[in-house]
Amino acid sequence: MSSWDYLAGADRSAELWGGVRAELPLLLGVLPFGLVYGVLGLQAGLPAWAVVAMSSVVFGGASQVVFAQLWGGLVPAPIIVGTVGVVNLRHALYSASVASLLRELPLRWKLVLAYLLTDEAYMAAVGRLSSGPQTPQRHWFLFGTGLTLWLGWQVSTVGGVLLGTTLPADWSLDFSIALTFIALLAPSLRRRSELLAVLVAGATALLAQGLPFKLWIVLAACAGMMAGMSANLLWQRLGAGRSA
Amino acid sequence: MKDSLILGLSMLAGGVLTFATRAVFLLGGERFSLGPHFRALLAYVPPAVLAALIAPEIFVRGGELVLGPDNPRLWAAAVAVVVALLTRSVLATIALGLLAVWGIQMLNA
Repeated sequence: MSSWDYLAGADRSAELWGGVRAELPLLLGVLPFGLVYGVLGLQAGLPAWAVVAMSSVVFGGASQVVFAQLWGGLVPAPIIVGTVGVVNLRHALYSASVASLLRELPLRWKLVLAYLLTDEAYMAAVGRLSSGPQTPQRHWFLFGTGLTLWLGWQVSTVGGVLLGTTLPADWSLDFSIALTFIALLAPSLRRRSELLAVLVAGATALLAQGLPFKLWIVLAACAGMMAGMSANLLWQRLGAGRSA
Repeated sequence: MKDSLILGLSMLAGGVLTFATRAVFLLGGERFSLGPHFRALLAYVPPAVLAALIAPEIFVRGGELVLGPDNPRLWAAAVAVVVALLTRSVLATIALGLLAVWGIQMLNA
């Protein structure tokens, strides 16, 4: 018995609504993030149309914040695009995971689901896809989580843009971006090697502040990834890797 | 005008790159597979990227490193970590973190 058994004979709309319901609790975190992005996008100097358009063109919260900050810092466009790419690299993991769960889908579905494949949509759907009943309609569940997140993200972005022009700049609201990232990061750390990745990336980001074009973001991210991965391999090899 | 064009193109390029990252294995199917080392490396992207973005927001003010205990954001970040671990709520973490930074700034003023 799994908690997904109720979907055994489910049709499209039952799967879709299952996905919507699974996503709703995650919107509690997404809505304030979207508001903060909308407000800070304007403060970084992006025009309102760009702040709103980016939420559907890029559709990735952390990378959109980084884009706005780099644009405000007059960083050359190719470096902005490259940094966005690095920040969103993690989605390849979700792509590989979903690919093995939804192998038989037609191309048009794969395109739609790839576009909607974000952290929150994946997290809310992966349990149902991997351990629920393997019905031919099960991709509608992921569509439901993705679409719900997409709508929530668009609405909160527009809300932030509307709010942004009315908020004074000296409220330390820029700090709420760091707070959002802390809220995402702190509960997700499971392993010693991930903590090491955090410490190395954070320290590198501070030490490399002198680099032009905010290249310290990419450098620190790569240093943190390498450190976490090397430590993990090393601890495994030493046989101490119970929870490395 | 030229700025808007560059902005639009940059967003488009960022969007295409992001979409490609999300689509590569879904569309590539059996032709690409993720090696175990690459998969392990990608698992460290979120903690490394987030930490790289958080650290300067806390420790760099006006281009200067502020590592000492008189930095209000350091204490507010500590509050935020505790709130995040206890509640797992983004909303509560933002709210209490901001309250902490405002409170400490008022005490210092």
